[in-house]
Amino acid sequence: MIYDQLIGPFVEFSFMRRALIGCLALALGATPIGVFLTLRRMSLTGDAMAHAILPGAAVGYLVAGLSLGAMTLGGIVAGLTVAILAGLVARTTIAREDASLAAFYLISLAAGVLIVSMRGSNVDLLHVLFGTVLALNDDAIRLIAGIATVTVVLLTVFYRPLVMECVDPGFLRSVSRLSPVAHYGFLVLAVLNLVGGFHALGTLMAVGIMILPAAAARFWVQNVGGLIIVGSVSAFLCSATGLLLSYHINLPSGPAIILTAGLFYVVSLAIGVYSAPMARLRSTRHLEA
Amino acid sequence: MGPELVFENLTLGYDRHPAIHHLNAVIDAGSLTAIVGPNGAGKSTLLKGIANVLAPYEGKIVVGGEKVHRVAYLPQQSEIDRSFPVAVEDMVAMGLWRRIGAFRSPRSNETKKVTAALAAVGLTGFERRAIGSLSGGQLQRMLFARLLLQDASLVLLDEPFAAIDTKTAADLIRLIKIWHSESRTIVAVLHDFDQVHAHFPQTLLLARELVAFGTPSSTLTESNLARARQLCEAFDDRAEVCRRGEAA
Repeated sequence: MIYDQLIGPFVEFSFMRRALIGCLALALGATPIGVFLTLRRMSLTGDAMAHAILPGAAVGYLVAGLSLGAMTLGGIVAGLTVAILAGLVARTTIAREDASLAAFYLISLAAGVLIVSMRGSNVDLLHVLFGTVLALNDDAIRLIAGIATVTVVLLTVFYRPLVMECVDPGFLRSVSRLSPVAHYGFLVLAVLNLVGGFHALGTLMAVGIMILPAAAARFWVQNVGGLIIVGSVSAFLCSATGLLLSYHINLPSGPAIILTAGLFYVVSLAIGVYSAPMARLRSTRHLEA
Repeated sequence: MGPELVFENLTLGYDRHPAIHHLNAVIDAGSLTAIVGPNGAGKSTLLKGIANVLAPYEGKIVVGGEKVHRVAYLPQQSEIDRSFPVAVEDMVAMGLWRRIGAFRSPRSNETKKVTAALAAVGLTGFERRAIGSLSGGQLQRMLFARLLLQDASLVLLDEPFAAIDTKTAADLIRLIKIWHSESRTIVAVLHDFDQVHAHFPQTLLLARELVAFGTPSSTLTESNLARARQLCEAFDDRAEVCRRGEAA
């Protein structure tokens, strides 16, 4: 009975297995990126880059139709352009980075919707905006898994420079030339993972699997390694739950996954070890020293 | 001992306005120098220039002549994100960066150095605490522990005792004196003249230009300080282009 509910759908249908594998790869690659984005107060940067991918993917679609390669390439180029432009504007003008990001992503979103609707139908637009996790083909899975692999390897190798770039960038610049490598390398990884997530969840929700589990993990653990583990595991479990919900009660799968992650965030907010209500419950008596 | 730092006709600034204007001075190797001056005198700017954070508009800074020198720089408002979950000992261990680099983990003798540095600044027992839980004084002690491990020949401190109690300041001054006895060169921006008189053999009075340079008692005179205040008030939004370099 429980087997039929929880395991059966994945054994029976290959599209469910593919979706699960795609989500596992996203949980391993995108969620650790989300941990660093939330710690650096860059959650909205992730959002802006995700929106920026849309016009790039749309141009790819306009040129080559629903082609994985063209849309991926277009998305990467557009995402990186906006990430770097926003950084440049913030560094060289008086505008703050959040304002320039907001400007760029509004432009991107409008341009993307315009380009897709010039040629495609509303169905195509929905595909780009909300993804097709239940229709991942071999190439798309390879792409997402490849991005996850590159991400895990690079995060492991560049862990120390990246953490220092987050905590004390001035110090990192004074002892090492790796500061720009860490900063821009991280942005490139973020864009790559958003492009991977876009194939499964669409441009609007790719950022959800990055940010929601990472933000929720903050209420359970207090160190970077722990955040990555809790974030990735919960991202995968939320994806599996979302897929099962979409299977059993016929919900669109992308929103089901993101809403499950959202539910986990709300639950963590309420009863996580480091949440405000739990901290109050734990003890009102103060310590000796 | 030869010169550690030479400023040659040095102009540093922001948006074309000079914060340091045609400065010439020599700071000897192994010296302990306090930089004093009114707000807006260019003290922090000068340290940024030495630390190579800011490029000169004109002139140059020669650090350490021919030798390869290690510079450790403690900025006034460090960009440290105290909300980031990092443990005190991990932060201090980053002082070993030039030794262990970006990828290798510290060996056991290097971990012992971290423990010793924490003990030297009086933070034993704080190893696993998150940096966000430290008070202002404790954070400064932690940054001094990291400086200790950096083992630099030139140490730049920008107002290291601002908003810090006398006990902590006294502890940290003791560390500065140990560095001085190890013939490292130390340049510190300070505001407290009592500290300068008590602990610093020489002081450089700055007000965008060099006002005076020598022992504290010969430098921090009433007339010099009055002149420094006057020089600092001259900031003009519509200033003309400086021609002093062309005449030279």
